[in-house]
Amino acid sequence: MGDFDLSVIWNNLPFLWQGLQLSLWLTLLAVIGGIILGTGLALMRLSGIMPLALAAAGYVNLIRSVPLILVIFWFYFLVPLALGRPIGGFYSALIAFVMFEAAYYSEIIRAGIQSVRKGQVHAGQATGLSYWQIQRYVVLPQAFRNMIPILVTQGIILFQDTSLVFVVSLRDFMTASSIVARTEGRLAEMYIFAALVYFTICFAGSLFVRRLQKAKTA
Amino acid sequence: MNYNWNWGVLFEGEYLGWLISGVGWTFAVALAAWVLALAVGVLVGVGRTLPSKPVATLCTAYVELFRNVPLLVQLFLWYFVMPEIVPDDLGRWMKRDMPNPEYVTAVIGLGLYTASRVAEQVRAGINAVGPGLTSAAYANGFSTAQTYRYVLLPISFRLIVPPMTSEFLTIFKNSSLALTIGLLELTAQSQQIAEYTFQGFEAFTAATVIYVVIALGATVIAQTLEKYTRIPGYVGKD
Amino acid sequence: MISIENISKWYGDFQVLTDCTTHVGKGEVVVVCGPSGSGKSTLIKCVNGLEPVQQGRILVEDADVTAKGTNLTRLRSRIGMVFQHFELYPHMSVRENLCLGQQKVLVRSRDEANAKAEALISRVGLLPHIEKFPGQLSGGQQQRVAISRALAMDPIAMLFDEPTSALDPEMINEVLDVMVELAQDGMTMMVVTHEMGFARKVADRVVFMDAGRVVEDRATEEFFGNPESERAQDFLSKILNH
Ligand SMILES: Nc1ncnc2c1ncn2[C@@H]1O[C@H](COP(=O)(O)OP(=O)(O)OP(=O)(O)O)[C@@H](O)[C@H]1O
Ligand SMILES: [Mg+2]
Repeated sequence: MGDFDLSVIWNNLPFLWQGLQLSLWLTLLAVIGGIILGTGLALMRLSGIMPLALAAAGYVNLIRSVPLILVIFWFYFLVPLALGRPIGGFYSALIAFVMFEAAYYSEIIRAGIQSVRKGQVHAGQATGLSYWQIQRYVVLPQAFRNMIPILVTQGIILFQDTSLVFVVSLRDFMTASSIVARTEGRLAEMYIFAALVYFTICFAGSLFVRRLQKAKTA
Repeated sequence: MNYNWNWGVLFEGEYLGWLISGVGWTFAVALAAWVLALAVGVLVGVGRTLPSKPVATLCTAYVELFRNVPLLVQLFLWYFVMPEIVPDDLGRWMKRDMPNPEYVTAVIGLGLYTASRVAEQVRAGINAVGPGLTSAAYANGFSTAQTYRYVLLPISFRLIVPPMTSEFLTIFKNSSLALTIGLLELTAQSQQIAEYTFQGFEAFTAATVIYVVIALGATVIAQTLEKYTRIPGYVGKD
Repeated sequence: MISIENISKWYGDFQVLTDCTTHVGKGEVVVVCGPSGSGKSTLIKCVNGLEPVQQGRILVEDADVTAKGTNLTRLRSRIGMVFQHFELYPHMSVRENLCLGQQKVLVRSRDEANAKAEALISRVGLLPHIEKFPGQLSGGQQQRVAISRALAMDPIAMLFDEPTSALDPEMINEVLDVMVELAQDGMTMMVVTHEMGFARKVADRVVFMDAGRVVEDRATEEFFGNPESERAQDFLSKILNH
């Protein structure tokens, strides 16, 4: 226990920082893509148009039954095959995360939409607003306001999930830490350091969520 | 798209055997980890709601710690780091003589991680019962233990059946992370078949179908459970 | 102007409305009352098609609300509606609440919509509050805003569903005063309310409902003078002796 060598972290800081940047970018882009696609799926499910609702429900339930790692494997296999050429690990991973997280976001957003009182929809209808106008101006703004804390929480989970690109050796923070750990033979230092970094970011995020929730109820 | 379909590959003795063994390991990890997660999770969840400040703080710390570090990192800590930082003899035993180290590590890592999520559900369930009933129980002359035993726990356990179902499913999905420490569970086996045969489509489809069947099965069980445990006319606070 | 002809409506197996018939002429004020659960809200929501009916017909001017091809959105934009719980958009200021429909449905310019909003809001005495959000106003103020929001669409008729029953007693009158003024200006109104003072003062007719049926549909003085049905007598004696 006495021979903890912290210099290994210091010496590899630029490499680790690059990995962390990749993790953060992947998180940010996947959150944006996931929310957009998830909103679409939620609106499809609530549209009352049977084929649309069924297709969206089927997709969401399918994705929610399988592990993220399997989804990553799927898209690493499918994306190059469908495009006829490799497009690089980052984009395959990004597509996998967007497709995967959209299923989870759509459930959050659907609950958010349903939490808007029915009277609000009636009020919009009574003014003669169309279905899409009511969603756009009345329901979604209120739903998103209510959902911000949960959306951020899901973003934190997504950030943790990005560590799974380890299984396809994409150089995120986790993979970078593990490369350093192996090449320098310093497993204990590197994995504890990785845990600390993830913990700090996620814990700060969850404190932020708590602030948001307090601000909302106040 | 250039692709040679060959669904037959899934039924060739060797690969079929891989799949079956994968399913076996997935169940073995998920179920054992679930038992651990329930035991620890209920204790920690109840602990967070207790009037005793130190206990509540300790339990909160547990949840925050396990929830804010990715499961993958936790598995690596258990697998690679734990043997290094425990006393030498124990470390040597863990590295050399512990039977089935990947499996044991996966169960402990996944179980303790899921416990933090279970704890949150248990706490939410207890809080949902509300202060009114708690006061009523205390007013009846119940002790804290009796209040939990006869009022809070029976009600909250029924309230949390639906979210716990979803946790149960999550543990099956998360058991796939065991492949990162070399346990050949279902996802790993399908990936291996894909690599050996170049029939990725068939291999991943097989794994997907099996996961969907597991999810459907769990949902059916949960709905039955929910029906039998439902309290007539009570849906919780609000 | 509004004519409801033999409508029936079910929620699954449960029949909420049974063969209801009534009408509201141009410039008329009709008050609908009756015990809780008798179907008043349901009836009034059928008028602008917020709730579909399974049998019968509703005509507004010459448009058939219940017919398949009717452009409901367009029809709704011409009928104002005021709800029990106000239903102001909480994420928009008073001004934005009044402008949304004008701009998105009637496609008025921003200036035009604003001018209209300010004029209406000053009529109900709330101009100083026009930039506030609904959550910053009292219930009575919110309901006056909701009435103005409906009027901003230049409706040909107004529907009210218990506009004062979510209000504290001291705020009821500020809302009723606005409604009385509106009635005296000749607005066509259908009002679900238990405020019998209001009914006496401005209603031309009173419709009394019970268990999903129109039990009485009479001129106001007749209704208060000698209600025919026992149920209506019962109901009146209960709420008048309060
Ligand atoms: N969406 C619905 N599904 C099933 N039943 C409903 C629904 N909405 C209303 N009802 C039932 O229809 C009946 C009439 O409801 P409605 O709201 O029209 O009554 P009301 O006369 O307005 O009563 P109140 O004075 O309480 O507002 C009630 O028995 C109610 O329970
Ligand atoms: Mg009503």
